[in-house]
Amino acid sequence: MSGIASAFAVGLLFGLGLLVSGMADPAKVIGFLDVTGRWDPSLAFVMAAAVAVSAVGYQFARRRGRPVLADRLEIPTRRDLDPRLLAGAAIFGLGWGLAGLCPGPALTILTVVPAEAATFVAAMVAGMLLFRLVPAAEPRTVPTGGADA
Amino acid sequence: MEGFDPVGAIVGGALIGASAALLLLLNGRIAGISGILGELLARPIAKTGWRIAFLSGLVLAPLAYSSFGGHLATVTVGASFPLLVLAGLLVGFGARLGSGCTSGHGVCGIGRGSPRSLVATATFMAVAVATVFVTRHLIGP
Repeated sequence: MSGIASAFAVGLLFGLGLLVSGMADPAKVIGFLDVTGRWDPSLAFVMAAAVAVSAVGYQFARRRGRPVLADRLEIPTRRDLDPRLLAGAAIFGLGWGLAGLCPGPALTILTVVPAEAATFVAAMVAGMLLFRLVPAAEPRTVPTGGADA
Repeated sequence: MEGFDPVGAIVGGALIGASAALLLLLNGRIAGISGILGELLARPIAKTGWRIAFLSGLVLAPLAYSSFGGHLATVTVGASFPLLVLAGLLVGFGARLGSGCTSGHGVCGIGRGSPRSLVATATFMAVAVATVFVTRHLIGP
């Protein structure tokens, strides 16, 4: 139960971070991706700060070994590069560049711009369901039950 | 440099990073939004409780922000509805195929030095930049 409460609080914090940072605004994201236009470097600062803090948290969690409210850390272990990773990232990047929206911000702005965000989220869910039609990768990629990066 | 707000960017980014760190420290999980949502849609359905709770927090964040007295910045969605559908399909499918999105690869993955996440992030950044270049400067408004 406490794990549910912590996940809720942490999700709230994530959304607040997206709102405060400006990443929840697709126009601002496009402004960052538009390197040959009037480039807005904000997102680089968002990413740098987020990576730095999450890196410290990761080191701390690894040292501690066991999470506070769960049995074990579920961290992806794969280090190899495969065609799926590259193709998936490229397809994702195309969609991200077209609308300036990625999964976190899209969910966060559902109550702010409901029609647009819900349209995107519905299509995103459809895209995720479409992925189920893709045959599973070779056995070496053992599904880790959500430890997906 | 229009709209550049380094303080908001760094504070907001630190909050995102803190959230990712706390989810790992408390729940032992990676804060990858596409993974959290995608596993709810996968078969067999993975543990659902914490995922639904996390996503609920994300969705309710604007209401919490406003009630704390925060001033919500403008959110401008420039894309048309057909384009939102296309972009959403690509983002959802691509994030699952590529095992992650901006949060899972870009924040958590790079934060723990994963080579897969570094390459994925470089790839989707490059493609997104190229996409914006084409839509804005070659065929765009």
